[in-house]
Amino acid sequence: MPMSRRALLATAAATALPVRPARAEKPTLKIGVLTDLSGPYKDLAGPGAVDAARMAVEESGLAAKGINIEVLSANHQNKADVGASVAREWYDRDGVDIILEVANSGVALAVAGVTKEKNKVYINSGAATSDLTGAQCNANTIHWVYDTYMLAHSTGAAMVKTGGDSWFLIVADYAFGHALQRDSTDFVQKAGGTVLGAVRYPFPSTTDFSSFLVQGQASGAKVLGLASAGTDVINLIKQAHEFGIKMRIAGLLIFLTDVHSLGLEVSQGLTLTESFYWDLNADTRRFADKFARRQPGRRPTMVHAGVYSSGLHYLKTVGDMGLAQARADGAATVARMKATPTSDDCFGPGSIRADGRKLCPAYLFEVKKPSESKGPWDYYKLLATTPADEAFRPLSASACPLVKA
Amino acid sequence: MITIFGKPLLLLYGQLTLGLINGAFYALLSLGLAVIFGLLNIINFAHGALFMLGGFVAWALLEYLDIGYWPALVLAPLIVGVFGVVMEKTLINRLYKLDHLYGLLLTFGCALIIEGLARNEFGSSGVPYPIPDELRGPLDLGFMMLPAYRAWVVVAAAGVCLATWLVIEKTRIGSTLRAATENAPLVQAFGVNVPRLITLTYGAGVALAAFAGVLAAPIYSVNPNMGANFIITVFAVVVIGGMGSILGSIVTGFGLGILEGLTKVYYPQASATVVFMVMVIVLLARPAGLFGKA
Repeated sequence: MPMSRRALLATAAATALPVRPARAEKPTLKIGVLTDLSGPYKDLAGPGAVDAARMAVEESGLAAKGINIEVLSANHQNKADVGASVAREWYDRDGVDIILEVANSGVALAVAGVTKEKNKVYINSGAATSDLTGAQCNANTIHWVYDTYMLAHSTGAAMVKTGGDSWFLIVADYAFGHALQRDSTDFVQKAGGTVLGAVRYPFPSTTDFSSFLVQGQASGAKVLGLASAGTDVINLIKQAHEFGIKMRIAGLLIFLTDVHSLGLEVSQGLTLTESFYWDLNADTRRFADKFARRQPGRRPTMVHAGVYSSGLHYLKTVGDMGLAQARADGAATVARMKATPTSDDCFGPGSIRADGRKLCPAYLFEVKKPSESKGPWDYYKLLATTPADEAFRPLSASACPLVKA
Repeated sequence: MITIFGKPLLLLYGQLTLGLINGAFYALLSLGLAVIFGLLNIINFAHGALFMLGGFVAWALLEYLDIGYWPALVLAPLIVGVFGVVMEKTLINRLYKLDHLYGLLLTFGCALIIEGLARNEFGSSGVPYPIPDELRGPLDLGFMMLPAYRAWVVVAAAGVCLATWLVIEKTRIGSTLRAATENAPLVQAFGVNVPRLITLTYGAGVALAAFAGVLAAPIYSVNPNMGANFIITVFAVVVIGGMGSILGSIVTGFGLGILEGLTKVYYPQASATVVFMVMVIVLLARPAGLFGKA
């Protein structure tokens, strides 16, 4: 007799019922990568950051010690409320122990708050705001890679030193842009330069910047500072090129992926600051090759490097402390991480300060001419290096409650 | 130096010119929307995504087939237009008997899907597209250096707008179209294939968006969000001009571009909102829009 469809379905459903094998639960550590998987920061962080976290897990060697590690990922959509609720769900429901990445200053500050409340660990790589280790610092948060202070300090001071002593700033009209404007104005003036004017454009709805570029040129300033990021920077540079703007352009936050999207014809000669470049030395190239095996045809940005490096340091600390202890108390784990020197292929040897600031050198790069580049992703020339202990805001000037007392 | 409200006159001339260029994009995009709304009664929220698609098709033609800017200016709208025809045939034509809201939801969903796929394929930071060699370099207007390409954008957009207006208002095809919107069964009784006419109109409206996309490619980064940035403003333009009014959308497009340009000099923070403030005022005074028939 042929089986009826109903009977077939019933049999299939019965077979699919879970049969739980009787085995001891392996101890599990959960890492959550919270990032922009669909918006303007997808390329510089996004799926590459998730892969970078997986690389750190594989190389940590904890699996060999019998520790099971899971990597989760989620999209924060550049909305602070979405990011905060994902963080809550992860900590409360899914038993996540640490959150990595979070490219977006607004979301990052929200996640830092939730992490403190739940006594877990948050290591930021993608967000820029220096408030994460300033007024809003906490004992559960570490800021890897870079921040607004370091960018303004490196690029601003270097421009003034090489003759760019009068500035005009084009600023994204929200917290991140304002912070960069404040910090870079500070550094330009301290270095003996002047800021002749600034214009704040509506974020994120502006696509045509020609009006602001023409105003910048009319100001007579030598340097055009871009306190802006992502696709806005790409449009700004593209249109500055189109209008033949003769000023020197200081991109206060430009990522390798932005340069890749612009092409060297347009972006050549730009001065910018990063704390990682894949072609810096043999170690960084080795990391980049491993990265390219997971993300074919791409090279890592400093955010990808940061996720890898911070994940590795965290897992090393967990290995030292023991899983149960590390999972129990986020603040204690962070304290242990601060006490342990860091070391990896991406950033070399480094350390983490009491306010949660990870120290690494800041590199000032110039974008190569098309004739100097050997091919895709060969984009930067190293101009100068600010040593790790000078690159970031000194503790004496910090507003962080952890170090002020 | 002559100044107006504290700003040098020369700077203002420059800003007016730049405003005109943005206005050209607003006019082109809102024209397509007006054509589609006027004749199909569909609020085409996918317009921005199709604008973006135009840019990407131009880029793909150059990247994979080595077909440059000028042929792309014709080919990309054709290709995207055909895509629009397929969309109309398979999806949109099921909605004509329903409320506007369904068309809006469907096209909005299509926009999300198209933009999402593009983001998956090309990432979010976009791809470069060079300015054609013939139009490199600046034109000296006396009061400012205007990139030749931008001047071309204004000329091309104004030309296409004018041509579209002429076709709809002054030709036989145009009068058939207008008649079909007034009373479709009657026009059909005269032996005109109305459904095909409607399909082709949608294709043409979409082609206008793609044409704008190719024009925009060398200026803006060709990225999956480029349409989403424009579309809201463009809808405001259409509403101000009067939903479905061809002439209204062209005139308001250019006019609001100029107004926005001036705002960027006097109070740049408001440049994104000024269009909407005008919209509120116009809707209070003339609910059907400046050129709309109440």
